[in-house]
Amino acid sequence: MIRIRKKSGFQLLNLRELLHYRDLLAFLVIRDIKVKYKQTVLGGLWAIIQPFFMMVVFTLFFGKLAQIPSDGIPYPIFNYTAMVAWTYFATAINTSGNSIVGSGSLISKVYFPRIIIPLTPVLAGLLDFAIAFLVLIAMMLYFGIHPSLMALTLPLLILLMMLTAAGVGLVLAALNAKYRDVRYTIPFLVQFWMFATPIVYPASMVPERFRLIYALNPMTGIIEGFRSALLGTIAFPWTMLAMSTVIAVVVFLCGVIYFKQVERYFADII
Amino acid sequence: MAEPIITVENLSKKYRIGMRELKGRTFRETVVDTLAAPVRNLRRLRRLTRFDDRESRGADDSLPAAGSPTGDTIWALKDVSFTVQPGEVVGIIGRNGAGKSTLLKILSRITEPTSGEVRLYGRVSSLLEVGTGFHPELTGRENIYLNGTILGMRKAEIDRKFDEIVAFSEIEKFLDTPVKRYSSGMYVRLAFAVAAHLEPEILLIDEVLAVGDAEFQKKCLGKMNTLSHRGRTVLFVSHNMAAISQLCSRVIHISDGSIAQDGLPEAVIHAYLGTGMQSAGSSYHCLDKPDTSAWVQSVELKDIDGRTKDSFLMSECIVVESTIFIKSRISLSLSIQIKEQNNSPLYHFPIGDSPQSLPAATGMHRVCTRIPPPNLYPGTYIMKIALSEGIGDHFEHLHVIDTISFDITPDYSTCSRQLSRHAGVIYARAQWNVDDLP
Repeated sequence: MIRIRKKSGFQLLNLRELLHYRDLLAFLVIRDIKVKYKQTVLGGLWAIIQPFFMMVVFTLFFGKLAQIPSDGIPYPIFNYTAMVAWTYFATAINTSGNSIVGSGSLISKVYFPRIIIPLTPVLAGLLDFAIAFLVLIAMMLYFGIHPSLMALTLPLLILLMMLTAAGVGLVLAALNAKYRDVRYTIPFLVQFWMFATPIVYPASMVPERFRLIYALNPMTGIIEGFRSALLGTIAFPWTMLAMSTVIAVVVFLCGVIYFKQVERYFADII
Repeated sequence: MAEPIITVENLSKKYRIGMRELKGRTFRETVVDTLAAPVRNLRRLRRLTRFDDRESRGADDSLPAAGSPTGDTIWALKDVSFTVQPGEVVGIIGRNGAGKSTLLKILSRITEPTSGEVRLYGRVSSLLEVGTGFHPELTGRENIYLNGTILGMRKAEIDRKFDEIVAFSEIEKFLDTPVKRYSSGMYVRLAFAVAAHLEPEILLIDEVLAVGDAEFQKKCLGKMNTLSHRGRTVLFVSHNMAAISQLCSRVIHISDGSIAQDGLPEAVIHAYLGTGMQSAGSSYHCLDKPDTSAWVQSVELKDIDGRTKDSFLMSECIVVESTIFIKSRISLSLSIQIKEQNNSPLYHFPIGDSPQSLPAATGMHRVCTRIPPPNLYPGTYIMKIALSEGIGDHFEHLHVIDTISFDITPDYSTCSRQLSRHAGVIYARAQWNVDDLP
C-alpha cells in the first residue's frame, strides 16, 4: 500500500525503492555519457584538455614564476595528479548542483526517487576521470615515476572523492531548487575551494599549526593521498585521510538528509 | 462491495501564487528598493514552501471557498474525498484550473498534499505527458529504455516487451535514428508505445490522447479499453467528452477544487456541459482583468443588422463582435471556433485566413467577424474565442473564452422537414437524379 500525506520532519532514504530504480540510474548515467560530447569535434579529448591545459598554465605561473615547491618531483606531474581528481570533483558538484533545476520537466511530470538526479553526474563523471587518468599514466612513464604499493588505496580514494562530491552536490542541488543564487555561487565556491586544497602547492607548505584546520577540507586528504600513492611525494597521509573519511561521510549524510527533507516541494517550485 | 483500491480522504492542496511587489517611483525609492531586495526576496522565497498553521488548517470554517485566493495563496484542491473500486475506469472532467491535474499529481506522488490522505493499494503508473525524459540526441532504442525506466519499469521488463513496444509504435525502421530527426507523429507514437506497455494496477492519465493523429488516437483508446477489461483501474483526465463517455464507467466533475458531481458518465457530462451554458449564455464580459499582455474584454453575438441575439437561423450569418484590450505591443492573433456541446470542433476561423490582422497599438479595439451561414442542424453549439500571441504555428494562448453558447433554429424556408441531430450535424442539399431505366 502506498500512503500519500503531508510528510514532516526527518525522512529516511527508501533503499528498497532506490534498488528498484537502479536501472533508471544506470540509463541516466549512460544518457549523460552519450550526450555529453555529441556534436563536438574533439569529443572525449575534452576530458583531457581541461585538466591538462590548466596544468600547463599552473606550471608556468606557480611552478616556474612563483617557484612553488612540489615535494621533490617535477611540478607538471605534481600538479596534473591533483588536477585529474579536482576536475572530476569540480565538474561533479557543478553539474550535480544544477541538476534538479535542469530536470524540471522530469520532476513535475513523473515520480521516481529524486535523489537519482543529483547522483547521476557523480557517476557519469567517472568516465572523464578515467580518460584523464590515462594521460596521468602516460606522464608517469615519461617522468619515470613508479607508483608505490599504496596505489592499492586508489579505489578507496576514488570512493571518498565520489562520496564528498555526492554530499556537496546533494546540498547544492536541493538549495538551488529554491534559491537560484546557488547557480551563481558554485563557480566561486569551486575557485575558492581549489585554493583551499593542495593543488597548485603541497600541503607541506601550510604551517604546522594550521594543518588540523586545513585537513577539515576533505579534499585535502584525498588529493595528498593521490599524490602519495601514485608519485610517492610524502608518506601516506593516514591521519589526514582518516579526517577526510569522517568528514566525507558526514557531508554525504547531511546531503542526503537535507535533500530528503526538501525534495517534497521540488515539483511545486521548479 | 470489494475493498477500494484508491481511497482519497479530505485531500487539500494549497499553492502560493505570485506576490505583488510595490515598485518605487522616485530614483531614491528605486535605489532603496534594489538594496533592500535581497532581504525581501529571502523572505518571499522562504514563504514559498511554508504555510503556517493557521493557513494550513484545511477544515477552518472562516476560510473562503476553494479556488478563491486568500492573500497570496490559492486552494487548488479542497476537501476532496472519494474511493475507487478495482477495475473502475473513472473520468475526471472540469474546466482549466479546476484542480484535475493537481489531483493527478498528488495521486502520482509528484507533489504532496497540504492536508488529507490518499491510500493506494497497488502499483501506480502515471502518464501526465507523453515522452517524459525523451532525449532528442538519443536513438529510438535508447529512449525506449530511458523512458521505460523513468516510468518505473525494470530493464529486464523492457527487454521482454521490447519487440511488442516497437511493433506498437510502427517505427521499426528508425529505431537507431536519434529522435530529434523523428516527425512529431513518430515521436508521439514511440512515446505512447512505451507507456502503453506499463503494467500497473492503477493507471493515471492526463489528457495525453490530445496528441497524435486520429488513427493513432483510436489505437490508444483501444489499448486503454483492453487495460480496463483486464481489470486495471484507470483514472483519466480529459476534455474530450466523447472519449470519456466511451471509456469510463464513472465520471467525477471537479469544479474550483472540489467535487461538483460524481456519477454515471451521461448524467455528469450533461450537467457539466449544462453549467457552462447557464453561467454565460451568448455573451461574455471580462470582470477581472487577466494578468496577460492582452485580453478579450467582451464578446457579443449579433445578426447582420447589429441586433444582439442568442439564437440564429441555420441559414443566417452570425456576427461576432469582440473588444480586445492590448496592454503591451506584441503580435496577436484571434481565432473563433464553433464546436459541438461535446467539444468536437466543427468550424475554425482564424484571423490569419483573411488579409486583416490585429492592430499593434495598445488600448481597446473592436473586432467584428462575420461568419457565413453555418448550416448546422438545430441545437445548441459552443463558440470558442482564442486570443493568442505569435503567428502561424508558433503561438501561445493568452485568453480563451469557451463559455459562449448559441442556438441554431430551423429555417423552414430552406428545409421544411424536421431535422434531427441524430441524422447529422451539417446541413447541405444534394442533387438527386432519378431516371427510369428501360
